[in-house]
Order: sequence, then C-alpha cells, then structure tokens
Amino acid sequence: MAEPASSQQKCSCGPAESETAKPADNPATSSCCPPRTDSTREDSISSCCSPPTSAVEGSGTPGCCETTTESSCCTEDDTAIRHSWERPGHRLWHFVCGFLPTPVGEVPQVSTRLTTLDHIGRWQMRWGIGRDRYRVAPGLYAVGNPDADSDVLVSANYKLSFDALRRELQGHDLWLLVLETHGINVWCAAGKGTFGTEEIIRRVRETGLDRVVSHRRLIVPQLGAPGVAGHEVRRDCGFKVIYGPVRASDLPAFLDAGYQAGEEMRRVRFSTGDRLILTPVELTGLGRPTLYALLAVLILGGIGPSIFSFNALVHRGGGALLVFIAGLLAGAVITPILLPWLPWRPFAAKGALVGSIIALLTLLIFGRDLGTADGFALLLALPAIASWYAMNFTGSSTFTSPSGVEKEMRRSIPLQAAALLIAAGSWLWAAF
Amino acid sequence: MREYAYLNEYVSLQLDSGKCTGCGLCQQVCPHAVLRVEDGKARIDARERCMECGACAKNCAFDALKVEAGVGCASAIIYGWLTGKEASCDCSGGC
Repeated sequence: MAEPASSQQKCSCGPAESETAKPADNPATSSCCPPRTDSTREDSISSCCSPPTSAVEGSGTPGCCETTTESSCCTEDDTAIRHSWERPGHRLWHFVCGFLPTPVGEVPQVSTRLTTLDHIGRWQMRWGIGRDRYRVAPGLYAVGNPDADSDVLVSANYKLSFDALRRELQGHDLWLLVLETHGINVWCAAGKGTFGTEEIIRRVRETGLDRVVSHRRLIVPQLGAPGVAGHEVRRDCGFKVIYGPVRASDLPAFLDAGYQAGEEMRRVRFSTGDRLILTPVELTGLGRPTLYALLAVLILGGIGPSIFSFNALVHRGGGALLVFIAGLLAGAVITPILLPWLPWRPFAAKGALVGSIIALLTLLIFGRDLGTADGFALLLALPAIASWYAMNFTGSSTFTSPSGVEKEMRRSIPLQAAALLIAAGSWLWAAF
Repeated sequence: MREYAYLNEYVSLQLDSGKCTGCGLCQQVCPHAVLRVEDGKARIDARERCMECGACAKNCAFDALKVEAGVGCASAIIYGWLTGKEASCDCSGGC
C-alpha cells in the first residue's frame, strides 16, 4: 500500500502491440501489459481486455448509457461489487467506480473524489520517493454517465494530472481520453512530443472514439499545444481540437461558457505556492553529483601539514560541508521562493545575490573564528554554489526560454567555476 | 501577481505577418500572452515573456510563426552539451 502503482513503467506497452488490437475490443486493450509477477497495485483492470461478452452486450446500444442512468458510481466501498469486476491477473484501481457499456465495450467510470491513496501517492511524488513514474493506463474513461453528445477531455497518463483533472469534474458527464505520456505531465510531455498529434490520432482510432460519440470535438489542455497541431489532428482523424484552459480547476467554467476561456485562464502563473511545492523534489532530485561533491569537500578538508588528518577532516571538512549546504539551500530553496522579488533576470545572478548575503551574514557571526584565507574562500564559494543551484531551477520555472538559459549558462558557468577554484585554493592554502 | 520576464533579446520567435490570417489560435495557445491579434493580424506583444515552448508555431496552419522550440532547463542543456544530443528534459516524474 505504501507503493501504489510502483514500477509500472516496466510494463512496456509497445505500439506494436497496440496496432494489433482490434477496435472492437475494450478501448484500452492497447495498454494490456504482460502479466506481472511482482504485481502490487496494478494498472486498472478496466484498461485490460474486458471479457468478450461485455463487448457484445455493449455493441448493440449505440447511444449507450440509457440503461445505466442509475450510476454504479460511488459504491466504492462495496467489496462484493468490486470483486465482481476482478479479472485474473489484474487488479482494479481504487478510483474506478463502475463500468459503462458503450459500442466499443465497457468503459471504466472514475470517481471524482480523491481518496487517501491518491493523497499518499501525491505526497510521495512531491518528495521524489519510491519511483519516478506514476501512471495510469491510457485509453478511454468515463466521468459520470456520459453519452454520445458528451464532451471528450484529453489528458496525460501521469497520475497526478489525471487526479487533478477528475477531482474538478464532479457532477459532470464527460469522456476522458487518456494518452500514453509515460507518466509525464501534459506540459513536459507536450514539449517532448509524447503528448502530441500522433498519439492523439492513434488513441482516437484505437479506442474507437468515433463510435462512442456522435460529435467530433476534443478538448485538449492548452499546455498540450506545444506537442499538438490542431489542424493536423482534424485532417487525419476528423476531430476538431478545442484548447481548454491551462488549469483543470477552470474547466467547469470553460465548459459552461461554451468553450470560452478568459485571458486569465490562458496564462501560466508561477505563484509562491507553485514554487514552494517544487522545492522538496528539487532537493531530493539533486542526485549523485551533489553527493559526490559533498563527499569530496569532506575528504579535501582532511588535507593539511600532516598530509591527512581525521581531526582536520571533521573540523575543516565539516565546516566546508556546511558552507556547501548553505549555498545549496540558498540556491535551490531560498532563491526559488524569493524569485519574483530578487533583482535581475538571470537565475544565476539571483542565486549569487542570495548566496552573497548569506556569506556576509555568516562572516559577521563567525568571522572571528575564521582566518582571512578561510573567510575569503567562504565569501567566494557560497555565492558560486548558490548561483549554480539557482541556475538549475530554470528547468522547474514556467517562463524561461532555452535560448535565454543557454546564454545565461555560457556567461555564468565560467564565473562560478573561477570563484570555486579560487575559493578552493585559498581554503586549502589556509590549512598550511 | 508579479510578471515574470526572462532574457528576451535572445528569443527566436519570428512572425511573418504576410502569411498571418488573424485566426487567433496563436493567441489562444500562448501561455504567456506574447501574441495578440489586432486588426486581423497577429503581432508580438511581449517578446520578453516568450519561453519558446513552440505552441504557437505548432498550431499555425499558415506557417506564419517560427520559433526554435525547446526546454528552458539548465540540466537539459548540460546534458545536451555533454552527450552532443539534443537538450532533453528527461527529469523524472515531477517535472
């Protein structure tokens, strides 16, 4: 339970497999994964090969859903009913609360309420714990009791995106067409092109969407636009792409207004809350290079007149380690939080400023205990480290351009490196 | 809410007004309101906010917009430098 959806990326649901899937099968047959032995909590049973009988049942009722006005939704605690949905080798996702017969087979209905499991999963993702992909099976899902006229919302199969979407749709009857983005959110996947024109067309064909709905509209999140050419989707599969708002929370208003999004709904923001959410994963995601650097600093601290001393390692190495960590926090935590209020546009400059202020404060407090050379080293090293980590926050921000980041890096990396080298020289010299 | 702006002078966004039909889709997909349609033509309203995501050019059916799209991410660019491949944001999960 502590590991919902772990290592699902190992299920390589390749395109070759999907092409052979017959559209008459369950819409999400494509996502059928080979049986797994280490199955903990798995892809929704919904997404895998419903029994042939249900497909036959469904295929007779083109309008679908008339028979299921009394939704089986939200009987989620009824274990007897849940058991009746079980299939050998699969496990039902907790958010699936029923199945809707359609011309293309049974489509899973998803709950619009998030449960403890969803919150635990989100918390783990925010802290980068346990796994690096958190996906649901791609394919067609239903919210409420949609019919042939209901809108189709397109989404990524990153579970946090999927959760953010469904929780906003309470009381609506909609179809969700979930694309295979390999557990990556809409915007990043659009940048890579996995949330893109081809995947939409493939998924529309594979699910047999044109037999489920009578209209030809797809509502695609605006942030999917970098990967999706609306005119090509229309040309190749007949569906018109309508770009929805940036945030899922604006979707109900967008739908009520007849697909009109105000200017505010179309803007990406980067609030203090947004930036704060990113800092834990920023820290846990630093990875090996930072660990090696920390270790190197500690060991270098041991070098001195007696060639190497453990005492020096603890005192000088430990001190330098604290300086490194202070620089890291200045660049990866404080700078992101203060981002809009710091002067200058390059992130490296913002980080260097925060680092300098912290270095000066440290000198004011501990300056007397440090020699001149050590103090000088601290004054150079801390801003350089802060600058480096601040620069790396560009990837998490919502407004930096690749050409700008490259320019910024070409200018600042030499300065950061020079400052660090001089600082290291001064610090090592101080040992003798 | 404060406006964010980045190193604008390097942004590769280019608009060919001759090809623009003023359909307005670019204005719709731009997440930073860089483009604005006025009098039947799009124009670049706030270049300094462009992040080169490529949404406008991708959705321009008339080929009026050009931008070297990519990810504005330092570690992706370092990856690109080190491997000689295209800068790719292959950060795990959360990004």
